[in-house]
Amino acid sequence: METTDIGLWGVPLAMLGGAIRVSTPFIFVSLGEAITERSGRINLGLEGTLVFGAMSAYAVAVVTGSPWLGLLAAAFAGLCFGLFHGWICKFPKVNDIAIGIALMLFGSGLAFFFGKPFIQPSAPDLPAIPFGAWSSIPQVQAALNVNVLFLIGAALAVFLWWAFRNTRVGLIVRVVGDSADAARAMGLNPNTVRLLATGAGGALAGIGGAYLSLYYPGSWTERISSGQGLMAVALVIFARWNPLGCFAAALLFGGAGALGPALQSVGVTQGYYLFYAAPYILTLVIMIATSSPSRTLAGAPGELSITK
Amino acid sequence: MTDTVSSAGVPALLGARGYRAALEWIARRAEAFVIPLAALVVGMVLFSVFVALVGKSPLQLYETMWRGGFGSWFSIQNSLSRGAPLLLAALCVALPARLGLVVIGGEGAIVLGGVAAAAIGVALNGAPSFLVILLMGVGGVVAGGIWIGAVGALRHYRAVNETISSLLMAYIAIALMNHLVEGPLRDPASLNKPSTQPLADIYRIGNIPGMEVHWGLGVGILACVLSWLLIEKTRWGFAARIAGGNVRAAQVQGLAVGPLIVGFTALAGGFAGLAGMLEVAAVQGSANGSLAAGYGYTGILVAFLARHNPLAIIPVAILLGGIDASGGLIQRRMDLPDATVLVLQGMLFIVILFSETFYGRFKLFNPDLWQRST
Repeated sequence: METTDIGLWGVPLAMLGGAIRVSTPFIFVSLGEAITERSGRINLGLEGTLVFGAMSAYAVAVVTGSPWLGLLAAAFAGLCFGLFHGWICKFPKVNDIAIGIALMLFGSGLAFFFGKPFIQPSAPDLPAIPFGAWSSIPQVQAALNVNVLFLIGAALAVFLWWAFRNTRVGLIVRVVGDSADAARAMGLNPNTVRLLATGAGGALAGIGGAYLSLYYPGSWTERISSGQGLMAVALVIFARWNPLGCFAAALLFGGAGALGPALQSVGVTQGYYLFYAAPYILTLVIMIATSSPSRTLAGAPGELSITK
Repeated sequence: MTDTVSSAGVPALLGARGYRAALEWIARRAEAFVIPLAALVVGMVLFSVFVALVGKSPLQLYETMWRGGFGSWFSIQNSLSRGAPLLLAALCVALPARLGLVVIGGEGAIVLGGVAAAAIGVALNGAPSFLVILLMGVGGVVAGGIWIGAVGALRHYRAVNETISSLLMAYIAIALMNHLVEGPLRDPASLNKPSTQPLADIYRIGNIPGMEVHWGLGVGILACVLSWLLIEKTRWGFAARIAGGNVRAAQVQGLAVGPLIVGFTALAGGFAGLAGMLEVAAVQGSANGSLAAGYGYTGILVAFLARHNPLAIIPVAILLGGIDASGGLIQRRMDLPDATVLVLQGMLFIVILFSETFYGRFKLFNPDLWQRST
């Protein structure tokens, strides 16, 4: 048991651990985007929200010493971005996809602007639970060291799945997403529902950002997110707007994202950058495989511009 | 309904009618100028508020920005150099936009165009310079064209959302560049900043005579003018505008929408690839990480500000090139982060998109709604 050399077994083990570690921001962003898209709008700006959430969480954690306050700040910042997107998109002729692109640039720009002083100091991490304590193999311990946010994300996925089917709020969001006219006939204001749904989505994306800067990779840099926010949007389509599907897809993406570092950890450095591209390629392949020009996607909200 | 001027049968003096007609002509076209300009001003005012909130003087900032971007012949040349790649990067957004597609992954085409050009320039070392430069240009156009053309093909034949796929392809392209530049194409002499082998001097593109601005500016302006002619004066452009308005209607008319989409996106990617080739041949001298400098993303903003009109791209690209160029001076003089420029760009972008809601809302710009003024 003294030996820590577990050879090639290290790759699947590191990928499992990596999948859990890397997938958490995907889980939160994709669940947030699922709420937004179910209401009939698409927010591509979650990439910017993720970066801004990461910065604000880190900054608040550095200043107050509490990672949980940081998390709260990130959620609040995300809420503000989401509400802004929801508000501005209610005006006629304002395109939700284009506004999302603008918010992607604006959110990153603001995060870099305010985040400059926080690149050096180190913030306290969010806690993790060592599920691997029974094992004496360090790799196993590392792989099963699960952050609480992952568990919250998993619970949230189940809750949202249940809530979309069984609660009044879930039904309202789905009606607005499927037909704004039907919603109006029911006396609902689609713009208000979408405003709140986009706000909730933004808050979740902010939490995803907090995970990035406060746990893994665990520091604030300007390169903290490389398209995770955007991949999460694609992932929601792949998951057919089903929260449980989002969770599963996020794990898959996390595993793909962990491929490069896992191979590197066992000494494979050839083509490192190509493995680094694995999640993007996987996303693209999945999009190609699941889209079709002749039929609409099963489960797609009827009002969603992206699938029309 | 009130009697409108255009249907008024009142006999009038020819001069008065001509005056009226001129006024109507101006009014109909004014909207496309007034609304974006007003949005630009509003965006800058909002940015002033932001600057004041972080405790700096907005006036000093704009003064610094003017000095850094357009205040002297030196800074104007700098702005023009920065604007040159933006011209081509913006075309990569504007051309597909005419077909109703939102392609935002121009960065990927720029990067691959640059790598392809550098690889060709190094491989053909020793051949006549005009031939090598020409082939480098072709290589850049083909690499970028294939990359964005694939996005268009996926959109039409597989219904894959082009916005997301183009951005994913940009990330893949950057990973591919890193792989090539750090691996097979790496110049062993480049230590800190992995690069391809430097181009021989005879394969570098020089400056426009009398200016410190490379020929990329001329190429970019030419590309904008040609794109405008393509869209406004040819049948392909006409077909594209129909397809952009309504794909079904275009198909019913018997237009080959698929080849149209693939052709336009490939051309758009070709322009972005050319921008990458120019960065390599005129600025960097080799392909390296600096190719992913964000021109593709600023190009998105340029195209939207220009409302996807290739001629309007020319002044807008130079304006944003100036804002980009002033970033360093703002950082040094005012002790603000370099991301200040990004914040300004983001604000302008949002305001411009918001201004879309005002088109067609003002009577002033619609002579049909003018009431007879007597």
